[in-house]
This record gives sequence, structure tokens and C-alpha cells, in this order.
Amino acid sequence: MNIKIQGGRVIDPAQQLDQVTDLYISEGKIAGIGNAPEGFNAEQTIDATGQVVSPGFVDLCAHVREPGYTIKGTLATETQAALAGGVTTLVTPPTTNPVVDTTAVAELILERCEDLGKAKVLPMGALTKGLSGQQLAPMHALASSGCIAFTNAREPVANSLVLMRCLEYAATHDLLVQFQPQDASLTAGGHMHEDTTSTRLGLNGIPEAAETIEVARCLTLVEQTGVRAHFGQLSCERSVRMVMEARERGLNVSADVAIHHLLLTDENVNGFNSAFHLIPPLRSQLDRAGLRQALISGGIQALCSDHQPHEAAAKDAPFAATEPGMTGLETLLPLSLMLVDQGLMELPQLLEKLTSQPAQILGLESGTLQTGAAADICLFDPDASWTLTEEDSFSKGKNTPFMGFTLKGQVTHTLVDGKLVFQR
Amino acid sequence: MFEQTDPNQIQLNCEGQLKHYLTTEGLSREILTEILDTADSFVDMGEQQVKKVPLLRGKTVVNLFFESSTRTLSTFELAAKRLSADVLNLNISTSSTSKGETLKDTLMTLEAMHSDMFVVRHSDSGAAHFIAEHVTPKVAVINAGDGRHAHPTQAMLDMLTIRRHKGDFAPLTVAIVGDILHSRVARSQIHALRTLGAAEIRVIAPQTLLPRHIEALGVRVFTDMEQGMKDVDVVMMLRLQKERMNSALLPSESEFYKLYGLSEEKLALAHPEAVVMHPGPINRGVEIASSVADGPRSLILDQVTNGIAVRMAVMSMSMSGQATEKQLQLKSGE
Repeated sequence: MNIKIQGGRVIDPAQQLDQVTDLYISEGKIAGIGNAPEGFNAEQTIDATGQVVSPGFVDLCAHVREPGYTIKGTLATETQAALAGGVTTLVTPPTTNPVVDTTAVAELILERCEDLGKAKVLPMGALTKGLSGQQLAPMHALASSGCIAFTNAREPVANSLVLMRCLEYAATHDLLVQFQPQDASLTAGGHMHEDTTSTRLGLNGIPEAAETIEVARCLTLVEQTGVRAHFGQLSCERSVRMVMEARERGLNVSADVAIHHLLLTDENVNGFNSAFHLIPPLRSQLDRAGLRQALISGGIQALCSDHQPHEAAAKDAPFAATEPGMTGLETLLPLSLMLVDQGLMELPQLLEKLTSQPAQILGLESGTLQTGAAADICLFDPDASWTLTEEDSFSKGKNTPFMGFTLKGQVTHTLVDGKLVFQR
Repeated sequence: MFEQTDPNQIQLNCEGQLKHYLTTEGLSREILTEILDTADSFVDMGEQQVKKVPLLRGKTVVNLFFESSTRTLSTFELAAKRLSADVLNLNISTSSTSKGETLKDTLMTLEAMHSDMFVVRHSDSGAAHFIAEHVTPKVAVINAGDGRHAHPTQAMLDMLTIRRHKGDFAPLTVAIVGDILHSRVARSQIHALRTLGAAEIRVIAPQTLLPRHIEALGVRVFTDMEQGMKDVDVVMMLRLQKERMNSALLPSESEFYKLYGLSEEKLALAHPEAVVMHPGPINRGVEIASSVADGPRSLILDQVTNGIAVRMAVMSMSMSGQATEKQLQLKSGE
């Protein structure tokens, strides 16, 4: 199928391209920008006047909950939510049930997604069997069956010798490791950032050290083993600074942040609204400012949704009794555009954090509109105002504090491998 | 982005009267004083032959205790009965939640039985807010203690006890001593004392028992009890739960008592007319010496008496605030 996307503002950070032009797609790949390739005959033309044409977003962390927790979300609903948010590739943690520690589970996810034909799902494999922090998971086999990276998610690998062995083994096979750093004992029983607000509300705090201690331990072992490592969903300014310093020393490390950590703070928990119950917790204003600064300076390379859908009952209880996490796939773009609106960065710079940079961290060839690349594309109207409602949102989870908000910037078309799979 | 309206305003109806009683934080001096004045009149009534008033006649009050309690539950029960209400006591920790029923389902079932007031104790901070805001906004909710967050009737019975012995709050230096970290009582006391205008509020504890940035609530922090006790007018001791001893918070009971227990010697450092309070139950020899607890400066039993009066006050005020709101809603509906 030959598709022409006509007259849009084509932004491809990987090529430093930002101009109003036409984009040509043929046989699932980008066939050219500007002038039609020889003999190109458009079977379908999409008018993109007034729209931005961007590579589809690459989300470094989104929970889809299947297998095991389909009451919260399924591959079908969450990949549809991804498309509605312009996300064409999403990386999922191994915290399903069963855990992604056997090739069977990884293959199940990949086959089901192939059948669905929506967004591309790249599962992360478990670093240790059952995420129990004791025995190495079969990383090589998992990688062969399609796992993009390895993580123990937020489950502890308390034994540092085991962690070092995991990293050595991953380094042996040049596998990427993602850390979601969290010290188990300092996090246990905590429900929000430990600071003035937690003191006032009488909620158990999670101190900053719960993250920084683990970042320090992981960095030390990364340095020793030489593994490629990524730090996901950092919440503290100090952790980001530690990763930046390690990068400057030449370590092969990168970092991302969830978009809501750049917009909200622990003070939002005032009033005990369980929609703000998140792990990692919303931190202080200083942390938020530090994370924003690091995003501009390049200390943080990518933005992710950290999408965590829940059923209504999981959030309908006193704060501490609720489950942490908020949905994010469908709000990733409008929330990110707030950073442009607030003058923090220009649109192409923002899109870099959503496309080419996360793709590069994963070693993918996507995240760009270069000729020959897979035609994973999203079109959005950066000025469209829309209201987020439960009825119109595709994710099975409706748990976001932005529910009912009027947001700016909406995806209108999403293409995966040159197929128009979503249109609004 | 999110409007920072004061979440504690859900306690008030559109006329600014109390309709739930969840926390002392954010309540005006006028309302706190009204609670104290109303309670004062009930204290005197308790000494009369006939102890009942018909303020809550025909109303159903449900005491919902998700955490066990003897003292608080029985004073709430007495308070409701002295207001002529029908009272139902439910000890939920042993019934429905163990069958998997959610808090919300339990509450909605009880609401369907036409309850007019829930007195709630729960181990989760914010539980009373959750019920008042999301579950049963038309039933008056009285917080009888939620997690580490608030215990507003305890705080106001302490305020009543102070006012009946000291009069004005303005010249007073008040020290709160002990396990501040786990204490909902301390948090509610601090907010009430600030609003009522106490000159200085001190907290005295080792760092392991102090929540992060407690000074942001408007208190002076002392880790040395001998310094902190100097010239204090009111000493409010807190209960130290025995199970805290088995954690990494404190080395031993004896060391805690030596450093932070209220002995005759430490009390001697306070103002000569200083009074001593404790929310009970007391751990004699852990946080307070028996001779102090039973001594002439101790107001511990007064606190219990005043507790019934304060609970009567907030129950009657909240019920009347709910009634006013319903009338206004009916009118605006016409």
C-alpha cells in the first residue's frame, strides 16, 4: 500500500528535520520525504495540513498487565490506548503473572500482539527467576525469543553478589539492563515521598535515599561489569545527577523519567486523592525542577508514560490501601506538550525524547522517518483541545488524576509498519 | 494545574458550619472555640442527676471501629447516649473485612440502614476523609482516629482540659513528648494549639520518633528533654506502643524512660504550676512515672471526663450542620 501524507509539519529529530512537506510510504517503510519517489502512485492520501507528522513514540515503560492481571488491562486494550496516544512501540516490564522468565511467556505476548496488529510490544525479561532476586533468569534464551532488555522491575535483588552475576551475564551477551531503582527496606510500608506533606497527612514516607542508595549500588556494579544499563522512571534530582556523572565518566548508562514526575509534586497528595498514589512517589518541587533541568541538559534522554492501568476498585479505598500507579499512554503527548507550552523546550527537542532517543537506548532502528525505516508514524494536532473522559479513553484503566481535564494536543492518525491503524 | 483548595473544607457546610469532624487542621479559631464552649456546657451537665439531652433523639449513630479501642469507643458510646441517640457499635476488624468486603461496601450497607452518623476509627491515614468525600457524604462522619493522621476529638478534649485549668492559650508553652512519629494525637494537638494561639509548641523526642520536617507544622523541636521541659506550662505525654521497642527505633524501654520518660525530676524543670496530660492508656514506667501520673499535677482523669463532653459537642454540631445543609438543598431544589 502506498500512502502519501500531505502538507504536514514533518519533524524527525534523528535527521534534524522540521519542515512542512510531504511524506511517502511504500510497502510498510518510509519511501521518501519532499519529492515523491520515482513511480510512486499514492493509493491513499492523508491530508496533514496544520498537523505535526512525527515518528511514532517509543515508550520505555508501559504496563499492559497481560498475562495475569487482565482485570486491569489487556494487550488488546492497552495497545489500542497506545495507538490513540501516538505510541507505536512500548516496552513492558516482566511483572506479569506468570513473570516473563520463560520463553513461553515472552512468545505468548509477542504472538498475541502480532495477531492484534496494533502497537508493537517489546517485553522486558526478568533479570532473576520469578523476580525473586536469587537465581539468574535464562536471559540469552529470552533475548533470542524477543526480550528487548532485562530488569528485576521494583523487586529487590538484595544479594549484591547475585546482582553482580546478573550484570556480568548480561554483559557477556551484550544485553541491555533496565533498573527501576528502589531499596526494598527503605520503601517498605511507604506510600508517598517523605517530606512535609507526608508528615502532615500521617502517611508513611519513602525517603529520597530509597532511590539514591540503589542507584549508587547499581552504578558501582555497572562500572565493574561494563554492562549496558538504563535507569527507568527516576524521581529524584540526586539520582539523575549520579547517573549523569557516571555518563560523564564514560559509563554506558542512560535515564528516563515519567512525564508526570515533571508536572506534579508530593503536594498533590494533599486531600488523600488516591490518583496521586504512585511508585516511585511524586517528589518535592526541587526534585521536579532538577528533573526538568536534566531533561533540557540531556542528562535525561527519554520521557516515558510509566502507564499503570488499574480497575476502579484498586483506587477506591483510603490512600494507603490503594494500589500505586496511573495510566499514561493516552496522555503522554498532551502532558509532554505542556513542557513546550511552559517554554522549557522546543517541539523538535521534545519529540527527540519520545522517539529517536528511546529508540537509540533500545538499539532499535525505528523512532525516525529516515528512508527505509519502518513507517511507524503519528500525526497530531498540537493545538487541538480535548477533554479526557472515561467513555472516550481506550485503556481499561481510568486511573489518572487528569481525568476530566481539558488537554491540548491530540493524536489524529497512527501508522504502524505503513498501515493506518488508528484514526480519530 | 490542580487547584490547591483546602481539602479540609469538606468538613464544613455552605454556611461554614461543621458537618463532618475529620481533623483539627484548617478549622477556624471560631469553630474550635465553639466546640470548647459547647463541650463546657456538657461537662457541667454530666454532674447533674439527669445526664441526657434530646439533641440527637431519633438519630442513629454507628460506631465503626476498624481498630480495637476500649476508651475511645466507650466514651463515644456514652456521648451518643447522653445525646439520646440510638447507638450501634461495630467492631469491624473481626467481621466483614475478613470476609473480603471492601470498606466502601461496608459503609454503603450501613448507610442503607438509614444511619445518621458514623464514628470511624481506622488504621489508614485519610480513611475518614475518604468516607466523607467518596462514600457517604450525607452521613455525618466523626473521625475517631485515622492512621497517623488525626485524632481530632482527643486533641479537643486536651484543649478543653487545658482551657479549664489555664484559661487563655496565649501565654502558654506546651510540650508534646514521646512517639511523635506514629502519633495522630500529636498532629491534631499541634494544629489545634496553633489555631487557638498557644505561644509556643514544642515537641520532644529522639530523631527516630520524629517525622521528617515536623518543624514545618509550627513547632520547636527538642531532642534533649531536659532543655525542652524548661518553663513549660503544659506537658502532653504520648503513649509509646510496646511493639515499637522490637523495631530499630529505640534500644530499650529503660533507655527511653531514662531520656524521655516523665519523672518527678524532669517535671521539676517545668513551670511550677505546670500540668501533665496523657491520652491513655498509660505505660507506667515507660513514658511516665506512676508518681507523676497519679500526682497532683496530673489531669489524666479530667481528660476522660472532658472527652465525653467534647464528643457530645462535635456530634451535636455536626448533626446540626448536616441538617442545615439538607434544608438549604431542599430550598434551592424548590
